[in-house]
Amino acid sequence: MALITCKDLVLSYEGQVVVEDLSFTVHAGDYLCIVGENGSGKSTLMKSILGLKTVNKGSITFGDQLKQNQIGYLPQQTTLQRDFPASVFEVTLSGCLNRRGWRPYYNRAEKYRAEDNLHRMGVAELKKKCYRELSGGQQQRVLLARALCATEKLLLLDEPVAGLDPMATAEFYKIISSLNKEGITIIMVSHDIRAAIDQASHILHLRHRPLFFGTAKDYVNSPAGQEFLKGGHSHA
Amino acid sequence: MLEAITAMFSYTFLTRALVVGLLISLCAALLGVSLVLKRYAMIGDGLSHVGFGALALAAVMNWAPLVVAVPVVIIAAFFLLRISESRKLKGDSAIALISTSSLAIGVMAVSLTSGMNTDVNNYLFGSILAMSDADVVLSVGLSVVVLILFLLCYSRIFAVTFDESFARATGIHTGAYNVLIAVLTAVTIVLGMRMMGALLISALIIFPALSAMRVCKSFKSVMILAACISVFCFLVGLLVSYLFNTPTGATVVIADLVVFLLCCVAGALRGVKRSA
Repeated sequence: MALITCKDLVLSYEGQVVVEDLSFTVHAGDYLCIVGENGSGKSTLMKSILGLKTVNKGSITFGDQLKQNQIGYLPQQTTLQRDFPASVFEVTLSGCLNRRGWRPYYNRAEKYRAEDNLHRMGVAELKKKCYRELSGGQQQRVLLARALCATEKLLLLDEPVAGLDPMATAEFYKIISSLNKEGITIIMVSHDIRAAIDQASHILHLRHRPLFFGTAKDYVNSPAGQEFLKGGHSHA
Repeated sequence: MLEAITAMFSYTFLTRALVVGLLISLCAALLGVSLVLKRYAMIGDGLSHVGFGALALAAVMNWAPLVVAVPVVIIAAFFLLRISESRKLKGDSAIALISTSSLAIGVMAVSLTSGMNTDVNNYLFGSILAMSDADVVLSVGLSVVVLILFLLCYSRIFAVTFDESFARATGIHTGAYNVLIAVLTAVTIVLGMRMMGALLISALIIFPALSAMRVCKSFKSVMILAACISVFCFLVGLLVSYLFNTPTGATVVIADLVVFLLCCVAGALRGVKRSA
């Protein structure tokens, strides 16, 4: 059974319909990139999968015992966060909230889990540092460690490389693809079309309707892919 | 000095002011950290002006001040929160409109009946004599609620403050937390404003949080230090105002300002990076 099945979706943003006629499926182990211009409905789709927005029509269903609050989410960073006085460990630990239920404090297993994920992202030595003192790339790794605390199955990334320098971007893609090889399903909204084709197994190209949905290989030869690649739309 | 302090507490009104002030300072600091970090600090300022309008109207109509002001300010808190969350309205301009309108309505109400007198002066700049037994009871109740909230929901408050989208995705009702914090802030402001003054009360919310943020590197330490700074500054302010016969509200705010400047220096020396 598919991990996520979207059927005949209609989504709106501030009262205006931004996505129509959208149906696609994501299977366990997939690496899906959602591409498209600004305002094409990518982020709205993301928020609907997370349950942060209600869908106008159609349905989003989860399979493989995936629950909606077990998605590891990496939101776009806000300016508010960049100078937030919190330690790296506090930020990471907050990813365990969904498994904690009504217990008011974190237990040892959850603290261990947070520490383990910091190790996994190669930022364990930053544990006691203040979040606002980190570089953009380090902050992104910490937020990824937090997302991994929340999930074992599915990561949703919203333009994760926006604002990263080329080195940090390359390293970030490496981490994502190694997580994908470990069996975690990835859904990423991206502007970086060339990287998407290199990294992802599947592409969903949105322009209010799906222009293309299929494997990355097929996308390169499709009309939508051709136009996007030629047209200088790459924001890489 | 010590004698002066003992003498000070032989006045019941000062003991009342001390109890209410300490509890309000503690609540304001805890709530303030969340509000300041979420860039909602203006809500505190807006609410205090609405509170002034409500108190002035209540005085003119001869209604019990708290019975009128508490619900009015809570409703205003809902409204201001909605404005701040909405991207369509210009949040800060809308808050300024509401603040100044409430201020104008309050001043108008008072001047039409009794004329600008010491009452208005007390509302705007605070009076140490204003605390009643009802204020003591209410502020004890409020601080119990605030302390329980922060002890039991600390990590949720952290999550909602740091990253609302992530918190919602993990199943936290962020809207409920925002409303709860806004309502508690409203009550804190109404209780504190008659002592501190409508124009000065928002300092209790903003200063301790900002001071602690200069020097601390974790959320927990910001919370704890902000609470300590707030309580300390209130004590110093009250004592100085008693010894030198200065207005209490202004003295407390100046104590907060001095601590803030010290924290700025300490932060610069410690090399804590900040850009806000």
